[in-house]
Amino acid sequence: MRVQFFASCLVELLRPDVGAATQRVLRAAGHEPVPVAGATCCGQPAYNAGYATEARRVARRTLRALGDGDTTCVVASGSCTTMMSHHWPELFEGTRDAAAARNAAARTVELTAFLTGPATGDSADRARPLESGDGDTGEAHAATEAVVVHDSCHALRELGAGATVRRALADAGQTPTDAEGTERCCGFGGSFSVKMPGVSVAMADEKLDNFAATGCEQVTSCDLSCLLHLQGRARRRGMGLRFDHVATLLDPQT
Amino acid sequence: MTTPTATPVSFGRRADDALGDDRMRAAIARGTGLMLERRHGAIAELANVDELRDAGSAIREAALQRLPELLERWSDNLGALGGHVHWASDADEATAIVAGIVARRGAKVIAKGKSMVSEEIHLNDVLERAGAEVVETDLGEFIQQLAGEPPSHIVAPAMHKDRFEVAELLSADRGEPVSAEITAEAAYARTRLRQAFLDAGVGITGVNFAVAATGSICLVENEGNGRMCSSLPPTHIALMGLERIVADFGELDVMLNLLARSATGQALTVYTNIITGPRRPGEVDGPEELHVVVLDGGRSALVDSDFSSALHCIRCGACLNVCPVYRQVGGHAYDSVYSGPIGAVLTPLLKPTDAGARELAEASSLCGACTEICPVRIPLHDLLLQLRHRDARSDASRLRRAGFWLWSQAWSRRWIFRSMVLVARVGLPLLRRLRWLPNIGWLGAWRSGREMP
Repeated sequence: MRVQFFASCLVELLRPDVGAATQRVLRAAGHEPVPVAGATCCGQPAYNAGYATEARRVARRTLRALGDGDTTCVVASGSCTTMMSHHWPELFEGTRDAAAARNAAARTVELTAFLTGPATGDSADRARPLESGDGDTGEAHAATEAVVVHDSCHALRELGAGATVRRALADAGQTPTDAEGTERCCGFGGSFSVKMPGVSVAMADEKLDNFAATGCEQVTSCDLSCLLHLQGRARRRGMGLRFDHVATLLDPQT
Repeated sequence: MTTPTATPVSFGRRADDALGDDRMRAAIARGTGLMLERRHGAIAELANVDELRDAGSAIREAALQRLPELLERWSDNLGALGGHVHWASDADEATAIVAGIVARRGAKVIAKGKSMVSEEIHLNDVLERAGAEVVETDLGEFIQQLAGEPPSHIVAPAMHKDRFEVAELLSADRGEPVSAEITAEAAYARTRLRQAFLDAGVGITGVNFAVAATGSICLVENEGNGRMCSSLPPTHIALMGLERIVADFGELDVMLNLLARSATGQALTVYTNIITGPRRPGEVDGPEELHVVVLDGGRSALVDSDFSSALHCIRCGACLNVCPVYRQVGGHAYDSVYSGPIGAVLTPLLKPTDAGARELAEASSLCGACTEICPVRIPLHDLLLQLRHRDARSDASRLRRAGFWLWSQAWSRRWIFRSMVLVARVGLPLLRRLRWLPNIGWLGAWRSGREMP
């Protein structure tokens, strides 16, 4: 299936490898991702800080780049997906882009939600127990090391995507596991991370301690922003945890 | 950004101070965790929790829509029973009304139950200045009174103190040691407070809900002190916010079910006091006089605003317990009677001219846990976001506003964005290697606790 692919500004600026991995993952799943030419950012940084006009100015750039078709738009970030699917209709209400915004909102989907299809709500959504006592299958993805899933708040609460990251990993033969307090925010929160750095870091510390307590070294999430914040803190503390976007872990080339 | 604010100490500064208090943080993490666990159990017992929450939300919304009518009916009914209703538009009026009643009754000692409205209007200060002795009789409030601190949690006022700190405070009050065992602490408080109940000329309590159909007020508690305050002294004064009204007992049933489960994880509180007028002829107990002071305090201005749902709050404290920011810093960092997410929403709304209060909208990562847990479905994190949007126009920091404007001009042009991407690809690896970076603005704030991405 031909799909639009929006990398997000953070991926383009800081981790283009995540964008490349996402496209490979989509191709491996039989899709044909087409990067949205001319897109920049969903406008979320300004929107969450209270600057609607500025958010709209930036988001309009991306909205117009997305066009008015009916192709599914896959986004490699839970929080950008939330901005586009939940907040864009409101942001553009009463402007000449209102219809386009509603259209874009309806066809924007987060990567793992797209990969795993409509939620089934069955027990397979739950994380698997840590034991990995399977025989080595020799597959490229038969990583026996468990992966801690960091639930980003947007994905968990607004998109209901907590399950899809785990399901996508499990489908790829990996072992997703949960840390204690997995539903608790990591403290990134966009501008919150720099307006309230002390609290933000304290929240990260609790998260990191809970990750470490699982015994896993690999942490993943569908949101790069949370991961960069957690990774920055873990490095400062000298912790050996590894942080990779879920697309990187699903990437057939990895 | 390290911009100086109008208030001497900002939330960020107070929060950073709180982060250094490991003992307080441990107590808060333990306390909120326990309350959440209990709440979870009590909610899990319900088969129809979603319907109950919908019903609670609808009841609160309907109450606001018919607020004048319901309040009038309630007031008429209470008046017919011999109770007195006083309307106070602000804190000064409310405290003057209470002080007037206390003076007229010649009360020297006042036994006080838990009331967030009394905290909101700083009632104790006013009464004490007038020469009365005010004794807080809720155990948590009593501890806070001994400590000379405001409550740090709307349901558990002394949650931030462990039992050893409590024992120190009680020992100082007693003049001899009280052991740091909860039972010993409660036993001492019970003895100490019993005299206050007997001496009190006036009892003051809060109100959880007023019932329009019968003129009743309902007061829930777990220690029995509220019942003592409202029945033993010859005069009972109850304080309530004007939004705390329900139409009838059917609605009260829904609200109490939600409140007890969400607040303390109980199906019903130990004491559910429904007070319908003062003592009647032939009755053996109850006060001779019953006064209810109804506080507006900025509430009526919210009824028809975009923020009206903030008035749906039933003060269960669940959003405080689940908030990851509250969990780290506790209640005092908010410098407001109401802390946590609901405090961050209500405080700037009730104190619109207070620049320090406005900053509380930033005391959230907008994670949405508060919205998810609220028993009456207040969209708390959306309200915080709306407050940011409302205040962004009048933001004190021109630099910040200019920054976002500049950013939006750059990122709405693909060629500038692409250039920045190219600069980032070359610049970031260099930046990461640099041992020294200027610690200014957002870069400094990021690097204060984290390595560069």
